Amino acid sequence: MPITHPNLHLTQLAGAIPAWLGEIKPDDLQPICQNVRDGGGRLVALWGSDTREQGKGYTLHIALVNETGLICLSVPLPAGQPGYPDVSQIFPVANRMQRAAYDLLGIYAHEGHDHRKWLRHGAWHGGSFPLRKDFDAVLSRTNEPDAYPFVQVEGQGVHEIAVGPVHAGIIEPGHFRFSVVGEKTLRLEERFGYAHKGIEKRFESLTVQHAAKLAGRVSGDSTVAYAWAYAMAAESIAAVTPPDRAVWLRALFLERERIANHLGDLGYLGNDVALSFGFAQFWILKEQVLRNNAALFGHRYLMDKIIPGGVAADLVESGAQSGKQTLFKECAMLEHEVRLLRGIYEEHAGVQDRFIGAGRIEPKLAARLGLCGLAGRASSQSWDARVQFPCAPYDKLDVQMATYRNGDVAARVIVRFDELFESLRLQREILANLIHDDGLAIPLAKLPAHGFGVGMVEGWRGEVLVAIHTDADGNLTRVHPHDPSWQNWPVLEHAVIGNIVPDFPLINKSFNLSYSGQDL
Amino acid sequence: MYQLIKQIIKTGIKTESPPLPDEAMRVETQRLQEEILHVFGSALNIRHVDAGSCNGCELEIHAVNNAYYNIEGLGIKFVASPRHADILLVTGPVSRHMVTALKRTFDATPEPKLVVAIGDCACDGGIFGESYASCGRVANVIPVDVVVSGCPPTPTAILQGILTAISTPK
Repeated sequence: MPITHPNLHLTQLAGAIPAWLGEIKPDDLQPICQNVRDGGGRLVALWGSDTREQGKGYTLHIALVNETGLICLSVPLPAGQPGYPDVSQIFPVANRMQRAAYDLLGIYAHEGHDHRKWLRHGAWHGGSFPLRKDFDAVLSRTNEPDAYPFVQVEGQGVHEIAVGPVHAGIIEPGHFRFSVVGEKTLRLEERFGYAHKGIEKRFESLTVQHAAKLAGRVSGDSTVAYAWAYAMAAESIAAVTPPDRAVWLRALFLERERIANHLGDLGYLGNDVALSFGFAQFWILKEQVLRNNAALFGHRYLMDKIIPGGVAADLVESGAQSGKQTLFKECAMLEHEVRLLRGIYEEHAGVQDRFIGAGRIEPKLAARLGLCGLAGRASSQSWDARVQFPCAPYDKLDVQMATYRNGDVAARVIVRFDELFESLRLQREILANLIHDDGLAIPLAKLPAHGFGVGMVEGWRGEVLVAIHTDADGNLTRVHPHDPSWQNWPVLEHAVIGNIVPDFPLINKSFNLSYSGQDL
Repeated sequence: MYQLIKQIIKTGIKTESPPLPDEAMRVETQRLQEEILHVFGSALNIRHVDAGSCNGCELEIHAVNNAYYNIEGLGIKFVASPRHADILLVTGPVSRHMVTALKRTFDATPEPKLVVAIGDCACDGGIFGESYASCGRVANVIPVDVVVSGCPPTPTAILQGILTAISTPK
């Protein structure tokens, strides 16, 4: 058992990762969360579902993680007053998730400190909740302007800089409110929800197969991680195991996604400190990876190549130039070039001067706020789902986790370089092990009724979680995709304190978080 | 510094030749006169607006700036304000929360201006469609001249869409 509590009875879920499910009463929520927190665990995701049709009112769902695996808790709430005890005092990261759960479903945390709206602006009015089954899109439409109560900073010489939602670069929409004195940032407050396009509601009208495409478009830069997490959740409900060849190909796709994104970020981090040479060089390398993806698998970003039950693309071996040879050559080329570029970055005084010390998050603060993924590992938070909960084929790969303790931009650059080399090593291992010939996918037409499944994958940014609930007919009644950006955006607000405003783009880029993934 | 210069020389020129305009991408009959298009063609400023995309299209718009496609080599560059722009490059289904910002960006762009919708969602709503939170395609909110389909469209297709917008219809 991952945790013990007198009122908690957990059952293990089928599937690729260690996960348990249990139902608890609202009164037991805080003690159990505290128990997990005291044991060094974290909160991964929090969402709600409308279970009135099953006579259960609403249900709050929480996914916690500790060293043994994922613990999914369901908390039934009365339909009349769907309130639950606040968990944001135990896990600060729950704050925005609780507010989003209210905006979308109308379930709320008692005694919470922050009851401001989060995902809702003015598209639907405050008394209506899109994820309720009886939601009427037409009746609830408004066009109110978004009056959002930002925290005001007062004092002599303090002024505000408002940025967004349309940014100066090629970036997703979001709003940043800086309170500054001179050049120095006193406070940053984020306002998101601009890219909210109703993904969770849309899931409910799709078939299991079609929804895989939507899962792959929650955050386009992590399409492989989402598609895999979704497939893992569906396979967990159906209790099926995809073919060996499929899981090895999935790992190949995931590592290639990590390689492409890390290359792109390293290029932009150079660009943001005025070394445009870095952008030019790293993006030449990234383009070559993308072109190999297109030539070998049919899509530059590998969208829709992971499907429930397996994969939809194979590495072809025949012909003059075999797929494996192409990728082995690519590995050798990338290793050589990236090593060279890393040397140039490390010896460049101007680059290091901007990187070192900028946007620092101390390990202690990272632990308290639940910083995860790549940014977490740069602040000593040693979590990597590929290492702790290695689903097939990672159980045979012995992934080496990259961690660093300085927590600044330089640390996040170092972790990216280290992970890039590790992913290239893994890609070689995967290619050597890609010898199975047991098909690409097993058919997964329909899911069992009243099922719950969860999948978690270490994407390049951090852990991506997808949870699926099915109804009495086995259709998707609720799908919740969770992006690691939920955890890391609030930490960015801390990272910029005391830094100069012109360093914000650099610090922001060093986290490179998803707007779409958290706006849903 | 020696390594850096050596790397630049070793890399050489990667830029490939740009695609030709494709009339099939044009949805609006050309509104601008030939002389203006000629001026645009030699120095064009683009403002990108993400109206609610999944960020897939943004990856490819970034790629248009890499050494292979080298959009700046064609005299086309991305600018930080709509007030400096000739063209708006809009991605995503337009989320209802972005309607005001998109309209204001359009209004802030001086005439003459063109709008290119990038990606399946911008063309027809894509997988997100129209809903309580999404207005669907970009043309539902602001006038669109050229559409570039694809999920996401390749950098070549994006470049082709931009070049089509500023070319004279044959």
